[in-house]
Amino acid sequence: MPKYSLDINKKSYQVEVAEDTPLLWVLREHLDMVGTKFGCGIAQCGACTVHLDGNPARSCSVPVSAAKGMKITTIEGLAEEKLTPVQQAWIEEDVAQCGYCQAGQIMTATALLESNPNPTDAEIDAAMSGNLCRCGSYLRIRKAIHKASKLKNA
Amino acid sequence: MSTSLNRRNFLRISALAGGGLVIGFPAMVSCDNPAKKAEAATSWENVNAFLKIANNGEVTIKAPNPEIGQGVKTAMPMVVAEELDVPWEMVSVVQGELDTENFKDQWAGGSQSIKRAWPRLRMAGASARYALVSAAAAEWQVPMEECSTEDGFVLHKGSGKKISYGKIAASAATVELPEEVPMKDPADFKLIGTSKLNVDGEKIVTGQPLFGIDYKVDGMMYAMLVNPPVFGASLKSVDDAAAKAMAGVKDVVTFGNKVAVVANSTWEAKKAKEALKIEWNAPSNPASTQKYVAAMQRSLEKKGKVQRKNGNPDKAFREANQVIEAKFEAPFLPHNTMEPMNFFADVREDGVTLVGPTQTPARARRTAAEITGMDESKITVNMTRMGGGFGRRLKADYVADAVEISKAIKAPVRVLYTREDDMTAGVYRPASQYKFRAALDKEGNVTAFHVRGVGMNSGVVRDANFPAGAIDNFLADGHTIKSDITTGAWRSPVHNFLGFAEQSFLDEIALAGGKDPLQFRLDLLEKAKKNAVGELSYDPERVIAVLKLAAEKADYDKQESGVHKGVACYYSHSTYVAQVAEVVVEDDKPMIKRIVSAVDCGIVVNPVGAINQVQGSVIDGLGHIYFGELTFKDGKPDQANFDKYRLIRFPEAPQVEVHFVDSKEDPTGLGEPALNPAPAAVANAMFKATGERWRITPLDPSKRPGVVELENRI
Repeated sequence: MPKYSLDINKKSYQVEVAEDTPLLWVLREHLDMVGTKFGCGIAQCGACTVHLDGNPARSCSVPVSAAKGMKITTIEGLAEEKLTPVQQAWIEEDVAQCGYCQAGQIMTATALLESNPNPTDAEIDAAMSGNLCRCGSYLRIRKAIHKASKLKNA
Repeated sequence: MSTSLNRRNFLRISALAGGGLVIGFPAMVSCDNPAKKAEAATSWENVNAFLKIANNGEVTIKAPNPEIGQGVKTAMPMVVAEELDVPWEMVSVVQGELDTENFKDQWAGGSQSIKRAWPRLRMAGASARYALVSAAAAEWQVPMEECSTEDGFVLHKGSGKKISYGKIAASAATVELPEEVPMKDPADFKLIGTSKLNVDGEKIVTGQPLFGIDYKVDGMMYAMLVNPPVFGASLKSVDDAAAKAMAGVKDVVTFGNKVAVVANSTWEAKKAKEALKIEWNAPSNPASTQKYVAAMQRSLEKKGKVQRKNGNPDKAFREANQVIEAKFEAPFLPHNTMEPMNFFADVREDGVTLVGPTQTPARARRTAAEITGMDESKITVNMTRMGGGFGRRLKADYVADAVEISKAIKAPVRVLYTREDDMTAGVYRPASQYKFRAALDKEGNVTAFHVRGVGMNSGVVRDANFPAGAIDNFLADGHTIKSDITTGAWRSPVHNFLGFAEQSFLDEIALAGGKDPLQFRLDLLEKAKKNAVGELSYDPERVIAVLKLAAEKADYDKQESGVHKGVACYYSHSTYVAQVAEVVVEDDKPMIKRIVSAVDCGIVVNPVGAINQVQGSVIDGLGHIYFGELTFKDGKPDQANFDKYRLIRFPEAPQVEVHFVDSKEDPTGLGEPALNPAPAAVANAMFKATGERWRITPLDPSKRPGVVELENRI
């Protein structure tokens, strides 16, 4: 089986897996980073969102071979010394119900705020429309994104 | 300190006394220490089954029931901490394991967790506090009655003595409890009624292992399985040669009508699963949407099994000035928990370890006992946080899968469903239909009311539902049609569509009689309150109160140009909810402005969590009425993943305001009740705005002309 060197959360990892293995499963089962979640396997729900070179990507549909050479950031790698404004806002707004989709929501929201520090509601709608939440936590997600924007700009 | 409960109904203190850590579950639960004490804890005392106290005053409380997103992992320990009288900052929460000796009703369903556990949770805290006070009084040689507690300390007024719970916990653990111990007067609650953040909040936002799918032990194998592709099909033959030859594949296991691939990783298992060559025996009469919808429509025209009859409905209908009739249709719905079905099982000769997401851990254990023949005492169940439940995880079919596979391969295994497995081999919300009829007199008063329902595999008429009890001549009858399609509880079973149908129809008859829909409901409820016709399931006064609160908060009586208000109210799971939806028309487009919810669930334990439940329920309910639909052809679901199955998305969620009735009644649940009336409140407002009445679901505008797109909201 081919070997891959992956740059994840600013560290280098070596894995030996079939080239079509989705990045999601490499993270979860080969590297024990289980924060990135499996939801649909076809890039339709957003639970598996990670950043590839800073852009949100659906790790269930990115084969490990395609992630080679890219800077991969997962939910585990967001906080360095302290929680990021997005994580902090998510806690303070008590966003989660079951919490399962939230890693993906946070990764998408984080990428949004990187490119657009003060998003309008319409811009939040557009950015977040690909992340599903069966619990219906969307209203709190919106509040948390606005709060994170304030925390980030403060 | 007024209430008391007999401890015999509750728990023993002595059996668990003594130091040492309570075993949570390995590798997944660590105790947070939010208190950031200057001194670290060096010893712990198990004061009772629910809680332990460290020598530095930290407290760890077990949340006994499974957490599916309804918030009980935070709210249940809050109740214990209230009676214990400790600051929340000193408390860490761990998920309790299945422990039928010490805990009761360890399941998550029917919005029952808080309601049922309320007295036991209070008793857990109160009895521990009693023991702590008793131990301190003995040490000080003063009467217990002279001592009090505050923020984790026992105090003696006369001498000014004060000792922390941590210092006295070891003695407290040996105190013999009396028959009764005092509990707080709810008026003295300090913690209950204040908002406390989700105890797993930080773990969730940092991606720590919490869910069943995250669980792993050394040597664990990964399994995926093939379920029958068609409801009613059975397994004929399996050719697993190609699958077994694939990289990473350890075994192929067949049990019942299922075939499982066991591999070193999920991806390898999934690829091998696709390489299986399986033949199935087709069912003789496979289910299809076309067939069962037509069958239900035919049933609606036939007399069903009578579930309630008051007065003489036939006569009243004959003598009516006007008869209004309407029919409503609902499809099957999959649960679509965001975390697909999965479970861990390790079947050994000496016992079974089960870990994973289950709403019914006791059923999981019973299932494992049946499959392995092992005594239940040798089977442990640890509940993980669940990525949603909505009734799907009341079933133990996927637990059985894990047990069967582990038993066959003699190794620990985690079975995982793909989304396609999850959606196509579900236990769905049954499809249903209703026909309502109402007889009106010349003044528009309802003289008779008839509801007839038909459901797939289960009855869908609730005989004591409003307006039963408020109308002299009342008939409720129903049919059930058998199907191979497996069905089960789906968030707020029956009510999730009956609420829409009934509350939409009530609007229709109010308007047909020239009455305001809110006043019409209030008048009926007044009648039920003063002179109920037959048995009532609901307290009319509490329905009236939530209706009035919702109307007040939504300025229902205020006429605003271009603003259309629709009302609905519904009682289920011991909780009362009324909603007013506001629709505005801008540029000829109706849009949902907001949905105002008024809720009476008794005492609100944790407002921030309670509001989340109500908002989520409204959005979930509206989303499913709009988009939710699983259809079948030749026994097979047409939708298998989110490319074809539509859940409500972020831009479509309307604003939801939440107001609670100020109440001192014991608390009731919130996981389901707020879902039921919201779609009708919106439909009733949309009718005012557009003149279109919606009765066939999903309302999806791409399928039903005249329905307004949900993303038109402000």
